Amino acid sequence: MKGLAFDVSHMLAGGLVLTSFLLLYQNRLYALLNMYSLQAVVLSLSVAWQAFVQDASHLYVTAFIALLFKAVVIPLTLHRIIARLGIQRDVENVVGAGTTMLAGLALVALAEVVMLRIAGGADVLAREDLAFALSVVLLGLLMMVVRRNAVSMVVGFMSLENGLILAAAGAKGMPLVVEFAVAFSVLVALVVIGVFLFRISERFDSIDAEALDSFRERGR
Amino acid sequence: MTAVALCLAAVATLLALALAGGFVAATSFGRALVYGGTLALSLLVLLVAGDALLVGAAGETLMLPLGLPWVGARFHVDPLSAFFLVVVSLAAAAASLYALGYGRHERDPGRVLPFFPAFLAGMILVLVAADAYTFLLSWEFMSLASWALVMAHHREEQNARAAYVYLVMASFGTLALLVAFALLAGPDGHYAFAAMRAAPPAAGAATLAFLAALVGAGSKAGLAPLHVWLPLAHPAAPSHVSAMMSGAMTKVAVYAFIRIAFDLAGSPDWRLAIPLLIVGAASGIIGVLQALMDNDLKRVLAYSTIENIGLVFVGLGFAYAFRAAGFPAAAALAMTAALLHAFNHAVFKSLLFFGAGAVLSATGERRLDKLGGLLNRMPATGLFMLVGAAAISALPPLNGFVSEWMILQSVLLSPSFPQWTLKILAPAVGAGVALTAALAAACFVRAFGIPFLGRPRSEAAERAGEVDRFSLAAMAVLAALCLVAGLFPGQAIDALAAATDLAVGAHMPSQSSMPWLSIAPVAASRSSYNGLLVGVFILMSATTASTIIHRFASGAVRRAPAWDCGFPDSSPSTQYSGESFSQPIRRVFGRIAFVVEERIDMPRPGETRPARLELRLGDRIWNTLYRPLIVAVERAAVQLNRLQFLTIRQYLGVVFGALVALLVVLATWP
Repeated sequence: MKGLAFDVSHMLAGGLVLTSFLLLYQNRLYALLNMYSLQAVVLSLSVAWQAFVQDASHLYVTAFIALLFKAVVIPLTLHRIIARLGIQRDVENVVGAGTTMLAGLALVALAEVVMLRIAGGADVLAREDLAFALSVVLLGLLMMVVRRNAVSMVVGFMSLENGLILAAAGAKGMPLVVEFAVAFSVLVALVVIGVFLFRISERFDSIDAEALDSFRERGR
Repeated sequence: MTAVALCLAAVATLLALALAGGFVAATSFGRALVYGGTLALSLLVLLVAGDALLVGAAGETLMLPLGLPWVGARFHVDPLSAFFLVVVSLAAAAASLYALGYGRHERDPGRVLPFFPAFLAGMILVLVAADAYTFLLSWEFMSLASWALVMAHHREEQNARAAYVYLVMASFGTLALLVAFALLAGPDGHYAFAAMRAAPPAAGAATLAFLAALVGAGSKAGLAPLHVWLPLAHPAAPSHVSAMMSGAMTKVAVYAFIRIAFDLAGSPDWRLAIPLLIVGAASGIIGVLQALMDNDLKRVLAYSTIENIGLVFVGLGFAYAFRAAGFPAAAALAMTAALLHAFNHAVFKSLLFFGAGAVLSATGERRLDKLGGLLNRMPATGLFMLVGAAAISALPPLNGFVSEWMILQSVLLSPSFPQWTLKILAPAVGAGVALTAALAAACFVRAFGIPFLGRPRSEAAERAGEVDRFSLAAMAVLAALCLVAGLFPGQAIDALAAATDLAVGAHMPSQSSMPWLSIAPVAASRSSYNGLLVGVFILMSATTASTIIHRFASGAVRRAPAWDCGFPDSSPSTQYSGESFSQPIRRVFGRIAFVVEERIDMPRPGETRPARLELRLGDRIWNTLYRPLIVAVERAAVQLNRLQFLTIRQYLGVVFGALVALLVVLATWP
């Protein structure tokens, strides 16, 4: 049972990292959102597996929340926003896809090394879980840095948050309250960012974040 | 109730008083309430601490569930803190009594009344704190409360600058103390003083903690070259607060240093006495030279505080060196001298600041060249100032002489040091102390003579009148104390026995059992001093001389000579001025300690304008040490200012880069 538990959760967490790479590679908005849905599904599977392994029934609730909001509600909402605003649907990367992927690989390696060093003596399951979670967080941040488009920045932020959920689910005894709080904070962020997107596009006919900077230059 | 509980109750009442002071500030009742309250409470603390000091027992530790949850707040009164509680509460009691009258002249009482009790509460808290966290918290509270008092008259531009410099230097000092305590606490975080004492740090950490404490406590006490804020901030506050800052707060800093260096930092290392002695002697000389040059009465007093703190630290340096060399009796002598000088300085510096405040409220002037002839208009204030000036100039039979004499006595024991470095350094420091004492006498001849003697130099000085009774009472009490402590030094020395026991593990032999009230620090065959005898001799010879002069000399008929005692011109500007009095000393020492520029602007023959002597004084320490630092900080600020104007992606990139960099450090850390 122990071996199986480790293998499956390792596979699911690894799947999460893989979807993060897929997110990095996408250069169309709808595809990006679909990938995000896929990542959320993998996340909820992973959390559910942790619930099963740890015999912690409240994690099933977390998995369900992740499935409902992240795989369905948030992508659909963003779809609708994009359609309503008529946003140009291809994404400009600041750096090329290949370079980004290489940087992503380096980040994953870094996360593994860090975790091996600071949690070398810990339970292997928890350690690998944390290493993958850290990789997902770093890849999400990388995505926020290399994308120009505000929607893909939002997606990067939310995939970063998936990494946090993964870490929280891997640690035994994390109370449900924390996860509720994290889930709701992402929802609030979605609402805020949605409003924000509307305002930007109304004003500048574009959701390129650079447009905001030119506005600030003038305001200064 | 125990001593520590009573002190904490007094602190709680003071804080309540500070709150109340904010509401009733505008009324005269508010003034009476706040200053009456602080007077009563500081007398209570004085009694409690005096009792604890004389009994000499290590009191109990009180633990309160405040502050950090796993540390708590510990409070403790031992003889060392009891002694400093006596100093602080005595100065505070006198300042409260003085302020009952002086506070009437306050333009903006709402800016003083709430902070005065809070300031006092902060100082008491620092002295009773028994763990690093409580200590630092109280220390910051004390600094901020005094900062608010410096800002009381914030509309004057100089005061705002003074308060700013003070705030920066106070933060710097607290940072240094934080480092000191962190080193003492060690990796396991023993924040309680008792735990630090039980597990002394390794030699390297102890040395660093000692130096950090010297920087942190020294910057608050006003040691050169960290003294620059002191002559700006102390005079800017209202006079009774200036007295508290100079008389009491600098002593709290001395306490902090003794507590860390002598009590907590483990066994002494003789090499550390070297910076202590050098910095102390340098502060003494620099302080008194600056005091001699300055033209503002309150600033003269503030510079003289630097000088006296320097003397205290010289005493501490000798105590430390003797303790390291294993001479407990000599260490006890030097430590007693330092503590006694700290006490004496609190008394006479408060007295002098009260006098300066009285002059300020009577004339509205602090500049020496606008005063003059005040002795006839304010005879009582003048008399008390004279006593204070004589005491601070170390003239027998007053108290200043006793402590400075004892410091010099401990210099005379220095040939017994085993290290040649100290053998050579000690006489040099002793010469510095002697020079300081001599210059201090010159300084206070000037600080008393220019405002009080001669003829008034301005209309304000001419119309001055005596100040109110509360102010006079406060000055009278302190002047009497100067005299009593000078006449009966043996009793004062014996009272310090428990405190020196705690600091250097020994105390001086009992002095009050000596015949005829004399004191002998080492052995009667070597040197002894009898304050009472000297006092009686001075009194008798002065009486005899004046009797003889009045009986025999003034009977003769005199004719007014043509040169009229050097005053043929009736204008008061022909008198000695502050600048002219200090000119010889400025010429001798000016090039070393200051950047002095004297330029004579002589009119050509036939021109009708007067000749002028232009004098520019620059502070060498400020120019060489602080100005480059300020320039560097400003440059760095301009560079960092670019961070305010990045794009969103750049901000994210900065966060991302920082995170990755930290992770890389974590991954590659050896």
